Amino acid sequence: MSTRLATGGRLLNRGAAYSFSFNGASFRGYEGDTLASALLANDQLLMGRSFKYHRPRGPVASGAEEPNALVGLGEGATFEPNQRATTTELFDGLKARSQNHWPSLDFDVGVVNNSLSRFLPAGFYYKTFIAPRPFWKHLYEPIIRHSAGLGAAPKDLDEDRYEHFYAFCDVLVIGGGIAGLTAALAAGEAGARVILMEQTSHWGGRTPVDGGTIGGVAAQAHIDALVSKLEALPNVTMRLRCMGSGVYDHGYALGYERLTDHAPRNIGPRHRLWRIRAARIVTATGAIERPLAFAGNDVPGVMLASALRDYVVNYAVSPGDRVVVVTNNDDAYRTALAVKAAGLTVPAIIDARPNGGGVLAAEAEAAGISVRKGMGIAKVEGGKRVTGAAICAQAGEGAVLETIPCDAIAMSGGWSPVVHLWSHCGGKLLWDDATAMFRPDPARPPLGADGQGYVLTAGSASGPMGLAEVLADAVEVGAQAVTGAGFTAAAGDVLPVDIAAESALEPVWMMPQGAEYKLRAKAWLDFQNDVKVSDVQLAAREGYESVEHTKRYTTLGMATDQGKLSNINGLAVLSQALNAPIPQVGTTTFRPPYTPISFGAIAGAARGDVFQPLRRTPIHEWLDSHGADWEPVGQWRRPFCFPKAGESRHAAVDREVKATRASLGLLDASTLGKILVKGPDAGRFMDMLYTNMMSTLKPGRCRYGLMCNENGFLMDDGVVVRLDEDTFLCHTTTGGAEHIHAHMEEWLQTEWWDWKVYTANVTEQYAQIAVVGPKARKLLEKLGGQGVSGEDFPFMTMKDLTLGGIAVRAFRISFSGELSYEIAVPASKGLALWEAIWDAGQEFGITPYGTEALHVLRAEKGFIMIGDETDGTVIPQDLGLHWAISKKKEDYIGKRAQARSFMDNPNRWSLVGLETVDGSVLPEGALAVAEGDNANGQRNTQGRVTSTYHSPTLGRGIAMGLVLHGPDRMGEVLDFADGKGGFIKAKIVDQVFFDKDGDKQNV
Amino acid sequence: MSDAKSVTPLQGAKFDGIATVQEIGPRGMITLRGTLSDATFAAAVEAVTGCTVPAQRKASFSGGNAVLWMTPDELMLMLPAGSVAGALETLAEKLAGVHHLAADVSDARALFRLSAPGVAAREVLARLAPVDIAPGQFGPGDLRRTRVGQVAAAFIMVEEGVFELVCFRSVARYVFDLLADACGETTAQPVF
Repeated sequence: MSTRLATGGRLLNRGAAYSFSFNGASFRGYEGDTLASALLANDQLLMGRSFKYHRPRGPVASGAEEPNALVGLGEGATFEPNQRATTTELFDGLKARSQNHWPSLDFDVGVVNNSLSRFLPAGFYYKTFIAPRPFWKHLYEPIIRHSAGLGAAPKDLDEDRYEHFYAFCDVLVIGGGIAGLTAALAAGEAGARVILMEQTSHWGGRTPVDGGTIGGVAAQAHIDALVSKLEALPNVTMRLRCMGSGVYDHGYALGYERLTDHAPRNIGPRHRLWRIRAARIVTATGAIERPLAFAGNDVPGVMLASALRDYVVNYAVSPGDRVVVVTNNDDAYRTALAVKAAGLTVPAIIDARPNGGGVLAAEAEAAGISVRKGMGIAKVEGGKRVTGAAICAQAGEGAVLETIPCDAIAMSGGWSPVVHLWSHCGGKLLWDDATAMFRPDPARPPLGADGQGYVLTAGSASGPMGLAEVLADAVEVGAQAVTGAGFTAAAGDVLPVDIAAESALEPVWMMPQGAEYKLRAKAWLDFQNDVKVSDVQLAAREGYESVEHTKRYTTLGMATDQGKLSNINGLAVLSQALNAPIPQVGTTTFRPPYTPISFGAIAGAARGDVFQPLRRTPIHEWLDSHGADWEPVGQWRRPFCFPKAGESRHAAVDREVKATRASLGLLDASTLGKILVKGPDAGRFMDMLYTNMMSTLKPGRCRYGLMCNENGFLMDDGVVVRLDEDTFLCHTTTGGAEHIHAHMEEWLQTEWWDWKVYTANVTEQYAQIAVVGPKARKLLEKLGGQGVSGEDFPFMTMKDLTLGGIAVRAFRISFSGELSYEIAVPASKGLALWEAIWDAGQEFGITPYGTEALHVLRAEKGFIMIGDETDGTVIPQDLGLHWAISKKKEDYIGKRAQARSFMDNPNRWSLVGLETVDGSVLPEGALAVAEGDNANGQRNTQGRVTSTYHSPTLGRGIAMGLVLHGPDRMGEVLDFADGKGGFIKAKIVDQVFFDKDGDKQNV
Repeated sequence: MSDAKSVTPLQGAKFDGIATVQEIGPRGMITLRGTLSDATFAAAVEAVTGCTVPAQRKASFSGGNAVLWMTPDELMLMLPAGSVAGALETLAEKLAGVHHLAADVSDARALFRLSAPGVAAREVLARLAPVDIAPGQFGPGDLRRTRVGQVAAAFIMVEEGVFELVCFRSVARYVFDLLADACGETTAQPVF
């Protein structure tokens, strides 16, 4: 059994005992524990079940690379699935649950998959898609959906807060181990702004566990001194519990800081996402130990040798009385020595190398440990925990020579540098045969805007694993980074190091090297996704030569750990199966984030009220308190209509339309874009922007204009007002204000940079209120408007007025066919004017109306709407707007495109009005069918509906649509598909349904 | 002019956290576009504000007035509310015959003051805007046009620990809420 040792525990504070629960059972741990170490100390070795076969699993690692020990943390509004027990710091009251098991962790029904595993080989999912077809939907999918999956999705809204933080520095150092600290100090002492981040809660990495002296002092003392020196530098920012998540172009990097995960009672955001711009990035991310692929290497109790050593040294956890070590290198001997030093037994060290190890091996033998050279593990005895190791000759096929009873097995297949951050933005790797690892190729780094590499690796992340080489590399890289950032580096001293030398490892990709099938089928590569040696070999046999294809076929490395333990072993097995060298097989792509980060951190503050900006007009609150039924229009909210108590939306729209036509309607039109165009060349510029002739407009007059893009398609429309000789005011659609302003500036800055024109977007300076209906003039007069008669203030003109004591600018324009004024007033007085109009309009039954009534009013008059009649493929000619396209102008934006053969084509569908024969309302977007089918067997079409409404004025459905040769086919009846298999008959008519002569607005 | 009440978008809303957010204004604001290096242009700017034309990413101050650099050919003039009409007349007069654009945008913007002793106000802005706002990198008189959360904004440091921030009026509530959220209590150690 696993238990707590009486003494020791480098990271423990035995003075602070915590209680916590796992699957409802209570346990005790200490401050400094991880959840994994605390569970192990309580003999809770079983922490989860695997993804595919539901096999029992305990922790195999002690840090971020852990694939097995995933738990659900918290409950309700703080619940979070898939958290690694090895990186979860223990706190008092922690609640955790295991995942992927039913009905219980100890007894799982899904483990039946395990015994059926030969029916669930690599590529199983893909094969189920193929044949027989019905099996997927009715047989495979229901079973797989039930049994696959890890943690459950949270059901409650996350109650925590999150934030972003923008930071800038000369040198960003990721990783606070001995290399990161050393490199950061070199950069900091040169005066650079340095940010140093470490993903765990302590500085120094694993050096203190591995031992040795630096400059004559113990590793821990040296680390403490480095940290003190760094803390004394004001130009160095240090963060623990902050992971370098990703490296991106141009020196951009993300840091993921866990502020309160270890102390949930602390006030403030839970996670902070650091968004960092750095001149140089040093990744001192260390290395990860590789497992060995032998049968049963996933049985709880089999751990990485370094992890087992961490549990003993850092957390005073005994993984069991008897620990067998199996290795192909010298470093694992340190685990044997640490276990022995803790008073436990090491029955044997199984060293796959025929000649065994060096100094450390001698030390182990001197300590009385039996070293078995040239041997391997044939298979692990035990189900839910290790009971023994059956050993064999590494050179053989797995014939068991002896079974050694034990409680835990420490395995080591060598080390792989953590190259993820180096690789995220294009840093290349090279294969080092001597050390059997992919390491960064310093000659091919990710390149910045200056053509120089902006990412450097330091320490074990560069490849060297020995302490002396690590320190020398860190000193040099720290100097290189700070020099690259424009500083002068001081000559760095490399301190003398005293630590046992290591002899060379020998690569072992399968144990034993000739393992028979039934052993290979139990030799795990990817623990989380249940991928075994036999699966990768099957993929190779089935023709998967690319490592990327094999990854997807077998799901190797596709779990939440992204193959941190499995990738190198997997591709080595693949290379053997393909009989190709490892570098030729290559690695899969490394992508951010390094380990999963929370959605909360990505979203930051953007949640609740500030999830998205919501734009409000000066009249927004009034509209809200008067029953506005809102709809989004871009980032604005506009009232769709104003339903009264018990009134449907439809009835409200009908009432608003009728009231406006009969007496007086009121619309908040503040969202319309308003752009000033000014300068000696403004007229010339306006003539290019609009299809109409704008330069001939007289000051004080208004003109409706169309704007096209350079491809000739209609992009915006609105009323242009000439304020004075030099100045135009362009009204745009609500959604168009920003992009039309940008469109103007682009042409001015890139094509017509020598034209004397300035523009300014003054949309938000003004509230704009439309007063619409037969009583509109009476209302203006009542508010003190002078000179507003038909003669003094004719249609399509502007006038400065004083209404209710407020200076305003009124435009007599109409989008409804009624007598109508749009009144602009500085935004700060918008509400005051609106309320004055509201009060004065009571005697006329003034009715506020929304966007839907606006649409109906314009459709009754046959006015087009950008976004309804246009969709980015429609030109003004399609809409019968030839009158608004100047024939006199030499050019305008879009003119040339409109002359192309497929634009100037009589077969383009053209705008007409549509009236259903039965008076009903046509469905939105309905298609008019034509005779016959097209090449795809679909019915031919000859038109489509662009706008369709119930007209309360006419008491029937009205619509506009684009129809083949439409204007030449007046009176013809078309069949429109109703979407339910039937057809609705509609007659082609003039698109102006109401007041064709304009009598209502010409008063 | 009328005597109808002018209102700022949030009517002086205020939030106290690790820093204080206060909606300020009304203030007169003029967008002025022209050739910034032109002597006549500079003289006109000085005539209405008393300020010099600021350098790139800077603001200049005189009395209670300020001039903000916005683009290579655009300034924002800040004046007492109510003095804009007169200033526009003066500009038109001084810049007669000189190509320029001057527009009253006093009501198009919302203004906030963000203040705190020490570095707290810097810490708040660093949560929202991609700007290097560390001491030594950004000080009094410095200006950035940037974004705050998801909307466009500009801010200046008027004195150590005090920022003024300007955004479009329609998003005043959004920006206030964001600033207030970023001012929330935290046990995280300050970065600056």
